[in-house]
Amino acid sequence: MTALLSIRDLTVTYRRDGSEVAALNHVSLDVSAGERFAIIGESGSGKSTLALAVAGLLPASGRIDGRIDWFLPLSPFGAKAPPSVLPDISPARGEIVLSSLLSPITDVGENEPSTELPISPLAGEMSGRTEGGATERQPKFTPLGGRDIGFVFQDPSASLDPVMAVGEQIAEVAHTHLGLTWSQSYARAKALLERVRLPDPDAALRAYPHQLSGGQKQRVAIAAAIAAGPKLLIADEATSALDTIVQAEIVALIRQLVAEDGMTLLFVSHDIALAAELAERIAVFRHGELVELGATAQIVASPRHAYTRALLDAHLGLDAEPLLQQSGASR
Amino acid sequence: MSSPLLAVSGLTKRYRRGGKTIAAVDDVSFDIEPGETLALAGPSGSGKSTVARLLLRLIEPDAGRIEFEGGDFQALNGTALRARRARVQMVFQDPLAAFNPRASVARVLDDPLRIHGIAARSARPRRIAALLERVGLSADLAARAIHEISGGQRQRIAIARAIATNPSLIILDEAVSALDVSVRRQILQLLLDLQREQRIAYLFISHDLGVISAIAHRVVILDAGRVAESGNARAVIGTPQSAIGKALVAAAPRLNRTGTQGAADRQ
Repeated sequence: MTALLSIRDLTVTYRRDGSEVAALNHVSLDVSAGERFAIIGESGSGKSTLALAVAGLLPASGRIDGRIDWFLPLSPFGAKAPPSVLPDISPARGEIVLSSLLSPITDVGENEPSTELPISPLAGEMSGRTEGGATERQPKFTPLGGRDIGFVFQDPSASLDPVMAVGEQIAEVAHTHLGLTWSQSYARAKALLERVRLPDPDAALRAYPHQLSGGQKQRVAIAAAIAAGPKLLIADEATSALDTIVQAEIVALIRQLVAEDGMTLLFVSHDIALAAELAERIAVFRHGELVELGATAQIVASPRHAYTRALLDAHLGLDAEPLLQQSGASR
Repeated sequence: MSSPLLAVSGLTKRYRRGGKTIAAVDDVSFDIEPGETLALAGPSGSGKSTVARLLLRLIEPDAGRIEFEGGDFQALNGTALRARRARVQMVFQDPLAAFNPRASVARVLDDPLRIHGIAARSARPRRIAALLERVGLSADLAARAIHEISGGQRQRIAIARAIATNPSLIILDEAVSALDVSVRRQILQLLLDLQREQRIAYLFISHDLGVISAIAHRVVILDAGRVAESGNARAVIGTPQSAIGKALVAAAPRLNRTGTQGAADRQ
């Protein structure tokens, strides 16, 4: 499979109370184009930090080492992109380093400790700051949040503007990134509201977030996230605040949209069972480190790491052993 | 069979919204035995939390009757109500929102002991240390601020505060939903231990049938404010009869762990 993005030795450090806390510690992994990839972990595992780093949304207070390389094909998605071993910069090769995406504090290259992992032959070229380097020679391939990357957050009440009609919030994305006129953008917004199966899309266009239920708001947030036809959809705990029934509906919707549009999915969740239902591969994180990475079936059926097994054991399914001893009750 | 600890009959609460009247809770009846866990399940908006608020008399019902410990709970007011309230406690989903984040752990646990006159001032520090120990925490934690401790510790503090007044019933409203899975299991185990030792009954409000199946004796499934079905928790979840019960069961994520044999021996 062709890689969409390649993460090497990514380390993210936050300064807190004068000391440095590593939210991510030398993480390396590849995400293939078109795959459904889950990142799971408990609180403090670094899973959201990774999602934000990929999207270029880390706060400026974070210090980032390592690199994220993108391989965005020119042609419609699914077309063959050059393999990552190509030694030269091809027109179809996007080469993004963190300094172009993130805050100026970003420190790239120089002290790259990556040894056991294959390093792109371009590593040398990318070392040091890249002002005027590859990034600027190929501005076309800089992934842009909202256009190339759609992001769905946990709480749609916080991610949607409460005083803007939802139609406008979706249309704005299409207007900004696709260069459509406003009337074309609204037509696209309406089509998207139909795609995310909001009842009565015409009325929904004019509705404000507070007039919608939690599940409906998340559908709107998904519509806005995919409005510019992104290559990558990142869903960060996007269903965690919803009840089980709505959660299942939203997961089914994400699965369908990703398949129809050929998007790559990065699904961030604390719920290993939910991730296993959706993703083809699962990366397990703990304390900022990648603990285990593998195909979903392998992770679930034969985890190699004790922590993965502990997560699986902690899952309380419908058929779980009852914790309850019936002696406590009077009936 | 003993008389129920809590008997709710015909409980109804209506709200007016945009000229229309909506029944958030509509003719709901159930009872809870001493030492029993009754789960209240249902999707968002089914009325679960409204039932909790009615039982605590944070809001008053439009119709129905609540009998608690053999008396009419709604007839109580003033001193009698305050005294009876010590016997029914509540644990919320987000203890950070339920507590003053700048208060110390000791302060949070001191409040119920003082307000309900459970322990004299001089006896309270020892009482607080004992409560912390009961919920599996170090007594050293007493001096820490609520915002300084972890989510799991905070929920243990919420449970410690709930048991401080020696209640016969604790209402747990999505009390483990925000916790990491490993912490969640420990908190559930703590609740079961407390129940066994003190015969505390729980009204366990949740939309997670997996958790309910693991810890509840019986379940009541609500849909749009009405009781859709009720019965033995594992029986109802095993073979749900109502449409909403079937939908909840179908929506629960499942892990297919077939083939785990052998792999478990590694590492």
